[in-house]
Amino acid sequence: MTDTTAAAPHHSWFHRNRKTITPWLFLLPGILFFSVYVIYPIIQSINLSFYKWDGLGEAEYVGTANYERLASDRAFTVSLFNNMKWLLLYLLAIPAGLFIALFLNQTVRGIRIYKSLFFFPFVISQVVVGLVFTWFYDPNFGLLNGILGAVGLGPINVLGDPALATYGIIAAGLWPQTAYCMILYLTGLNAVDPEQIEAARLDGAKGWRMLWHIIIPQLKPATFIAFVVTIIGALRSFDLISIMTNGGPFGSTRVLSFYMFEKALSEYGFRMGYGAAIAVVLFFIMLFFIAYFLWSMYQDEKGR
Amino acid sequence: MRSMKKLMLAGLAATTMLSSSAFAEGLSGELRVFSDMSNPAPRAVMEGMVERFGAMHPDLDIELTVIDREAYKTQIRNFLTADAPDVANWYAANRMGPYVNAGLFEDISDLWAEPEFAALASTKGAMTIDDKQWGVPYTYYQWGVYYRQDIFEELGLTAPATFEEELANCEKIVASGRACYTIGSKFLWTAGGWFDYLNMRTNGYDFHMQLARGEIEWTDDRVRETFANWRKLIDMGGFIEDHQTYSWQEALPFMINGDATAYLMGNFAVPHFRDGGLTDDQLGFYQFPVINPDVPMAEDAPTDTFHIPANAQNKEAAREFLRFIVSADNQTLINAGDALGQLPVNAESSVDDDKFLEAGFNMLSNDAPGGVAQFFDRDFSAEMAKAGMEGLQEFMVYPDNLDDILERLEFVRQDTAE
Repeated sequence: MTDTTAAAPHHSWFHRNRKTITPWLFLLPGILFFSVYVIYPIIQSINLSFYKWDGLGEAEYVGTANYERLASDRAFTVSLFNNMKWLLLYLLAIPAGLFIALFLNQTVRGIRIYKSLFFFPFVISQVVVGLVFTWFYDPNFGLLNGILGAVGLGPINVLGDPALATYGIIAAGLWPQTAYCMILYLTGLNAVDPEQIEAARLDGAKGWRMLWHIIIPQLKPATFIAFVVTIIGALRSFDLISIMTNGGPFGSTRVLSFYMFEKALSEYGFRMGYGAAIAVVLFFIMLFFIAYFLWSMYQDEKGR
Repeated sequence: MRSMKKLMLAGLAATTMLSSSAFAEGLSGELRVFSDMSNPAPRAVMEGMVERFGAMHPDLDIELTVIDREAYKTQIRNFLTADAPDVANWYAANRMGPYVNAGLFEDISDLWAEPEFAALASTKGAMTIDDKQWGVPYTYYQWGVYYRQDIFEELGLTAPATFEEELANCEKIVASGRACYTIGSKFLWTAGGWFDYLNMRTNGYDFHMQLARGEIEWTDDRVRETFANWRKLIDMGGFIEDHQTYSWQEALPFMINGDATAYLMGNFAVPHFRDGGLTDDQLGFYQFPVINPDVPMAEDAPTDTFHIPANAQNKEAAREFLRFIVSADNQTLINAGDALGQLPVNAESSVDDDKFLEAGFNMLSNDAPGGVAQFFDRDFSAEMAKAGMEGLQEFMVYPDNLDDILERLEFVRQDTAE
């Protein structure tokens, strides 16, 4: 433009440092939103967990009282234990998804329709999945008891039995989650190297050996993603519980996220500090997995 | 949402502009009403009230916002502090405690001192905290046992007046292959109704209220006696199976199909029975029977209310609106069978010509000398109510767990008492 700009570049601070500044400029919106909507609330929640507050009046500092009470709260123990059940059993979605993907990974007429049908449960809302399974389990008119009755087994009330209810909900959750893993594996299978399969075949590998030594190692990226989404899905299990049992019977199907909601935000709740303490515990469980995911991704990147 | 925000902004502007002239003759300015009367019939009632009040005060600009009844229960906390309307719905007794204690409801003892309010004496206690009144009632409804008259006749039974008769009836009903009572306890509160009645009949209203206020231990022998009475019905198979899986609506078909013969419920269930095809000849009502003849009969009659938030802008108009709501004529109109179908609180109102409304009105006016309770989840503190109802549900499924349940409830009581 003018000769000042023509002469300036070598002296302008921005131009001298633009290699360092530009990435930060691009990151700035992300950092800003991440700190305001993620980092700050985390700090706030941790802080709140040391207070007793009903959400209306003055918050009263109580030190670690909320955590001490958690230790003796049986509902909390039940929720924590249920979270573990969810984490373990939800992982079944990964092998199940893999086998459906292998089964569907063929070229026959109309395969796209079958794939869509298998993917369907993931597309519909969790609320609908919950309702469908609630009716499936219904002790009166449910399909499950119809089937059990036909083979001479007594009626069971899955969602009404504290020993079974959590497993019943997890089974409902596995339906869409399996579909999700399936689609991840279907994409992964497209990337499997046909030459390696050919070579393995020449060496006489087939069936389980082929799957275990040739296919699955090549699906490692898909398995990693499936693992991540399944763990996160298990920890987020809220809607199904809310729809199917509402935490009952007598609190036996609550998980930490549901218990936190009940204590802090539901009709009979508004113990914000106590809810925050539950949230902090849940946060550290999640942090454990997130740290592991980040670490393994970092290892991957480093290896390249 | 956008339009609502716009309206609110407009409302805010209007109130600030006009607040100076609000003290002039007649009511003017803006009156903002937040209501939880979101079901079709209550919504029509609310809109009708606003319309009629608006016609009486043409200079007043009334803005009504109806919020979903369940969502309202959490939203009220936000709008009372952040963006308070001039009038808001809520519930009586302990349920309004948190807002009263946080100074978010206006003290309206001055209204209650007016002579017209004497007609509302029956609920004055439920509206009082710290000797001051914090809201006005617009409706309440009775609880009691709705039963299949036709099945009772078929089995040669009559409505029981005492618990012994009740147990004898139940034995015959169970022998005929039916359950005595339907109940859906998935959302817990229905079990609270059973406890209220059994405890008020076994130990009386005063004891029940002491328990509600946390003054009595859950492990007290008198509480155990209540549960022992309850257990008699449970052990004989009096309740339908798997009730922990059903909502209260899902439990209705058992009674409509005749698989169960009675339902301890609030009067709001009557339209559902009628929609299900039960005629007034088939459906009967009786007061929960006497258990301990030494304690006077007391009833549950949850009262729904209107309040003025402490941060309201147009309190003068709000007070006038509350006077209008409690007036005998208005309460007659809004509680009619084709409107809310409930009971007016104003003693000078008349009750609609309906079998169940008349029975309820008669029961609450003449046969409830012990007192009128609000309901388990309104009389007990929120935390105690939640834990309590969960325990009650567990007791109904596993009565053997009673000791463990009572110890847990006692733990919560001590914890909330701190």
